[in-house]
Amino acid sequence: MIELVNVCKSFDEKEVLKGISTVFQQGQTNLIIGQSGSGKTVLLKTIVGLLDMSSGDVLYDGRCFKSMNVNERKSLHQEIGMLFQGSALFDSSTVEENVRFPMDMFTNWSVEQKKERVKFCLDRVHLDNVNDLLPSEISGGMQKRVAIARAIALNPKYLFCDEPNSGLDPKTSIVIDELIQEITKEFDITTVINTHDMNSVIGMGDKILFIHNGKKHWEGSKDDIFIAQNEELDSFIFASKLFRSIKEKR
Amino acid sequence: MSLFYHIGRYSLFIRRVFSRPEKHGVFIKQVVREIDKLGVDSLGIVIIISTFIGAVITLQTSYNIDMPLIPRYTIGLAARDSILLEFSSTIVCLILAGKVGSNIASEIGTMRVTEQIDALDVMGINSKGFLVLPKVVGLMFIIPFLVILSMAIGIIGGWLAGALTGVVPSSEYIYGVQYSFKPFYVVYSLIKSVVFGFIIATVSSYWGYYTDGGALEVGKSSTMAVVSSSVLILLFNLLLTQLLLT
Ligand SMILES: Nc1ncnc2c1ncn2[C@@H]1O[C@H](COP(=O)(O)OP(=O)(O)OP(=O)(O)O)[C@@H](O)[C@H]1O
Ligand SMILES: [Mg+2]
Repeated sequence: MIELVNVCKSFDEKEVLKGISTVFQQGQTNLIIGQSGSGKTVLLKTIVGLLDMSSGDVLYDGRCFKSMNVNERKSLHQEIGMLFQGSALFDSSTVEENVRFPMDMFTNWSVEQKKERVKFCLDRVHLDNVNDLLPSEISGGMQKRVAIARAIALNPKYLFCDEPNSGLDPKTSIVIDELIQEITKEFDITTVINTHDMNSVIGMGDKILFIHNGKKHWEGSKDDIFIAQNEELDSFIFASKLFRSIKEKR
Repeated sequence: MSLFYHIGRYSLFIRRVFSRPEKHGVFIKQVVREIDKLGVDSLGIVIIISTFIGAVITLQTSYNIDMPLIPRYTIGLAARDSILLEFSSTIVCLILAGKVGSNIASEIGTMRVTEQIDALDVMGINSKGFLVLPKVVGLMFIIPFLVILSMAIGIIGGWLAGALTGVVPSSEYIYGVQYSFKPFYVVYSLIKSVVFGFIIATVSSYWGYYTDGGALEVGKSSTMAVVSSSVLILLFNLLLTQLLLT
């Protein structure tokens, strides 16, 4: 469980997050939605500590992030897996080296153990025969899957995904979404996902947090979202004709 | 204002760079890779420029002191001292600042803009130390070898030019090269080169690490890396010369 308490973030004069409080439950896929530029990436990076909070706090299963010292943060980070908007694979290392990287850095496993774990992670994301390829030699969807494999390499308790299906075709998007959802349930992870893809919202929104102008404007589940009485949310979701027509039919 | 900002941020950056590596095995592997990538790959350019500059220094010196009173061996001596004192350390390092500096800055800058550095940080790895320390250690280790090589080749280049054009007879040149040789000149050059290696590796990494934006900014960081490390090399050349030679 991750708890946000009044998280604020500003860059110099510019306030991007203006006090966001919410709770992300374990074993659920928690979605953060909002327009481009609404601060989703900034929120995600603030939660994991890549950006310093201006004020507020984040509690990881009761452990308060702000009061952690360097070593405590470091061990917390080993419980975190993160998937970046552009995959962020190490481009001079092969797929196998990428997935093995966290193991090389943080475990004393033998070569065989690591090999086995790499195989397990790559199997889990349905990839084979790519071990020796470089990230530039595989497709964008495959890169995303390698990034997921790397993120789950050390059995994380928390998984963060920044637009896991941006730049992918609708079918591959759904494959990635389902993969994340399965992994979340299977390993009982607290998963937080940034997205502006309505398919993902309807497909896997155990909990949805809508941010607008740096504030929490609405939260609920995918079942509530179509009946929510919220003007900004409505204009965000029903921006597409398709969804508008669905709403009118209801 | 902006200068002080960079000096402050650079100092904090360096403090984080010099922290204990996560895994020694991984660190050693990285250092070896950097030595290969930064040092061994620079052999070609060092050999080429050293040969030519050695030759040109010899020819120019011989035209400048074309007087019957001055013995021909002084040409060998003058060429040797220019090469040992200034060319093989400062000029070679300036050229390396261009080649290696832009390489380091664009590599780290690309990692920044593609969020690879964020990926390291979120794993709990000190990205500054992880990425930069192997480069600093690798470059400071290999640069003295490049400089010694450059000295040898520069002197050979001078000898070849002198002998082939006939301006300095072989035996005179070799006598001049050995005449009142001060080993300290070599030590002085090596000390300088290690300092320059530190400047190139850290300053270029600094610009790469704090790249903000996209591919265009990576190019800018790379330019800043070359310009600022070259200026610092010239500045420290002056300081070190004052300190060590007087
Ligand atoms: N380092 C920074 N310095 C200053 N402003 C920033 C910085 N990073 C982000 N911002 C600002 O914060 C706002 C939110 O950006 P953010 O990247 O979080 O948007 P987003 O919701 O993730 O959008 P997208 O869906 O396009 O990825 C933007 O207006 C951006 O200009
Ligand atoms: Mg974003």
